[in-house]
Amino acid sequence: MSIQSCVEVHTEWGIVSARQAGRNLAKDVGFGNVDQARITTAISELARNIYLYADKGEICIEAIQELDKHGAKKGIKVTARDKGPGIKNVREVMSDGFTTSGGLGAGLPGVKRLMDEFDIDSVSGEGTVITTIKWLR
Amino acid sequence: MQPSIVEFIHNRRQSLTEKWLEEIQRVAHDETVERIPDEIYTQTNREFIDLIVDTLDLKQEDAKERIKQFVERLIHIGWPLSYFTRGLQAFRRVILDAIREDPSHEETPIEIFYDIENWIDGIVNQLVDEYSGTWESTLHLQKMALKELSAPLIPVFENISVMPLIGTIDTERAKLIMENLLDGIIEHRSQVVLIDITGVPVVDTMVAHHIIQASEAVRLVGAECILVGIRPEIAQTIVNLGIDLSKFPTKSTLRKGIESGMELTQRKIVTT
Repeated sequence: MSIQSCVEVHTEWGIVSARQAGRNLAKDVGFGNVDQARITTAISELARNIYLYADKGEICIEAIQELDKHGAKKGIKVTARDKGPGIKNVREVMSDGFTTSGGLGAGLPGVKRLMDEFDIDSVSGEGTVITTIKWLR
Repeated sequence: MQPSIVEFIHNRRQSLTEKWLEEIQRVAHDETVERIPDEIYTQTNREFIDLIVDTLDLKQEDAKERIKQFVERLIHIGWPLSYFTRGLQAFRRVILDAIREDPSHEETPIEIFYDIENWIDGIVNQLVDEYSGTWESTLHLQKMALKELSAPLIPVFENISVMPLIGTIDTERAKLIMENLLDGIIEHRSQVVLIDITGVPVVDTMVAHHIIQASEAVRLVGAECILVGIRPEIAQTIVNLGIDLSKFPTKSTLRKGIESGMELTQRKIVTT
């Protein structure tokens, strides 16, 4: 169940294939239309950040399962990993409207709202790992 | 190539061919080849081995020309490149085996090997060049075709134009959208343009950003932009992302967009 599939992102086509992989897995796990769109959009944002700021990196997608008091819950985990310049001020990039590329500045805070769990781990000069999870309800 | 090796190959042409035909059956039998009818496969094998051996006697340009003709025909019917590369590797094995079994050579093994290697490599290089040349030109043509399709602006009524967008929007396409929109507005004297995103699978911040910029530019040239074809799931992701699309009107379907475009230009559709 937890077979991880990774897509390398170093061109704009990489973004498209990461997205495609995410949509297919989300469909397999059993997510509805709206959540599929949320997951794909989140992957798109993460992949685009890799492409824009780190040049290259990878997006890994896996189906996960966790036991809690209600029984087993299923979900999808998306990990974006790059060895780019890293994020100097995480609080800053997580606030709406902050951008260094002239975009809308809604990317990372948007991803956090699209997904259920969001974790960012970045070391300036070494790279960034962002892990997000969407649970199937 | 040293004459003695050429002669050696010519003398044993028959047995080398037989051995190679056996070998090629073993190495180059994958899915793509299996779909080719047996008689064509056998015939092509024969032609290929004859061609390889014939290149020994031909002048370089003639040899090139003959390989080119042969390969072009096979590329056309979709013959896999791996068949040729594996076939040539098999041929080299067959020859070197035959030479090893025959001890009557004056040259050192390394000299013979070097000669054969040079000869086969020449053919491999040409084959790969022919194939990649065809791929590149196909790719180029498809890119052109895609570009022509990527951002059309269609004048549907007087003063009203529609730009239907289908598929992924990348930076290059976003640029085209902007250019075609503005050029088209001037050309068709449009007052209202409808951008239809029904066929856009994902609207992320970058796509939204490009649409916002395009509509802003449309406003600057004196026209109005209506975004139509927003599917329910796209609407929800846009809200989650926190993108502000309130600067221009949006509609769920192209039809509703046309209706409000009509209103904006003081017209309406009546049934009689």
